[in-house]
Amino acid sequence: MMDATHMRKAAGASDKRSTKMLVERATKYYQTRTGSVHALDNVSLEVRDGEFLCILGPSGCGKSTLLWSMGGLHDLTDGEIRLGPEKITKPHPEIAMIFQDANLLPWRNLAANIALPFELKRKPVDQERIDALLKRVDLWGFESKFPRELSGGMQQRASIVRSLSVNPSLLLMDEPFGALDAFTRDEMNLLIQEIWMETGKTIVFVTHSISEAIFLADRVAVMSARPGRIARIFDIDIPRPRPVDIQTRPDFIERVLHIKASIDHGRKPHVGLAIT
Amino acid sequence: MDKALGDKIPEFNKKKSGGGDGVGLSGASLGLGDHRTKFEILIIILVAVVIIGGSEFLLKWFGVPQYVLPTPSQIVTALFTEWKFIWPHLLVTLYELLVGFAIGASIGFVLAAVITQFPFVEKIVTPYILLLVTTPMLALVPLLILKLGFGSEPRIIAVALASGPMVMINSATGFRRVDLAKIALARSFGASTFQIFTKIRIPMAMPMIIVGLMVGSIFGLLTTVGAEMVGGAEGLGNRLTYYSALIRMPQFFAVILILAIIGISIYVLFYWIGKKWASWEA
Repeated sequence: MMDATHMRKAAGASDKRSTKMLVERATKYYQTRTGSVHALDNVSLEVRDGEFLCILGPSGCGKSTLLWSMGGLHDLTDGEIRLGPEKITKPHPEIAMIFQDANLLPWRNLAANIALPFELKRKPVDQERIDALLKRVDLWGFESKFPRELSGGMQQRASIVRSLSVNPSLLLMDEPFGALDAFTRDEMNLLIQEIWMETGKTIVFVTHSISEAIFLADRVAVMSARPGRIARIFDIDIPRPRPVDIQTRPDFIERVLHIKASIDHGRKPHVGLAIT
Repeated sequence: MDKALGDKIPEFNKKKSGGGDGVGLSGASLGLGDHRTKFEILIIILVAVVIIGGSEFLLKWFGVPQYVLPTPSQIVTALFTEWKFIWPHLLVTLYELLVGFAIGASIGFVLAAVITQFPFVEKIVTPYILLLVTTPMLALVPLLILKLGFGSEPRIIAVALASGPMVMINSATGFRRVDLAKIALARSFGASTFQIFTKIRIPMAMPMIIVGLMVGSIFGLLTTVGAEMVGGAEGLGNRLTYYSALIRMPQFFAVILILAIIGISIYVLFYWIGKKWASWEA
């Protein structure tokens, strides 16, 4: 594990890596009762192997739609998404998703929740791996607890274990810490940074928090709303591991302001009600 | 179903969205109420003692004749002395109830599971199911007897018709509680449509399914006894008309006591099932 950490540090954030996933001219229209909604407009995005990519944007900009499409949960109206040579049209075993609010099944205890992916894939449960992950996120000994007995942070840690238990190479995270309080959120951000550095997974992380995006990401892709498109991509070359208090440093705040300006600039004043 | 997911705006509900049109008890009232202390249980027993003892005393004090209202002790005595004549009828009633309920509940459950997958079909069928729920199926018994005779068959059919729609309409409410995020979760791990049904939809609907089974079985008991009172020579309902015609009131009330025990047993059974399978929804 330490070797991976050192390698990661040596490689640096802006290093050129091979392509993990390619989104090409992704366009998506939703049909609703009041007409069609243009959710994604010609989105092209490269996810590099092993990187931490944050997709940042205001509510309703289509960032979750984009992520769900990358996970094979949505069809595109036009364009395509590829994982290596494979076109993504349905969920892929190399990809795991982490959802808002942990999304644990309330009728299953922690152990049964984490065993769900194995059940669905009809594979024997990899208890050794699960135990190691549970210890890593400090949930060891809580296996018989039900989700309602756990705090929000513990629930989300359990959902991280659930996703990592099947050893995917690409992790798609959809505003996973949005419902947590600020302190727990900082803890979770640190944890996910550590897990990323230790495991070498590729992570795509959707958020509407600018500082969360800068804290976590190698690159931040800023989306603009209605229709959703990639406005700009920022490289974040802050060395790792990044401590939580980095967020109060002037140069960090400068980055926040810089990105904020780019979002505000891209917004049209009369777009009407956004749908989240 | 997989396709439909892709064409909705992904504002999947963070909270459970339940259809509000289930008939019967809400999930919360499934239980026997809050936990009771030993003191409260003692009071409940004390109230029973006062009521039984008090009515025994008062009925004797005022010399109320047995054919108007028998005393509790006369009822219990009748239950024991008459038991050998009553229990074959008890078996008939239980048989009709169980078979009728099993048929009705199975059909109701399967219909609910299938119909909720097709919103158009559901919209067309639901008014007719409501009609079945609200119309007392007892009304059909004379007609059924005319067709099928005085055996158990017409009563079994009436019980199935009474309990089935009740199970269906409650289960359908459960199955309608679609949580797109949980379905998406299962799909992201490669779940098939059938796995989504067994691992997500059924557990999610389980609290309402249990409510449906409970209400349906109580309705079934009502219909069984009612149908037995309409015609035929067997069953506890028949014994009620028989004993009241002969003005044998202690025996009459003994049968009512048995029916009360059956009803309470059904309730307690589903209470425990609910505790085991639906306790996650507190």
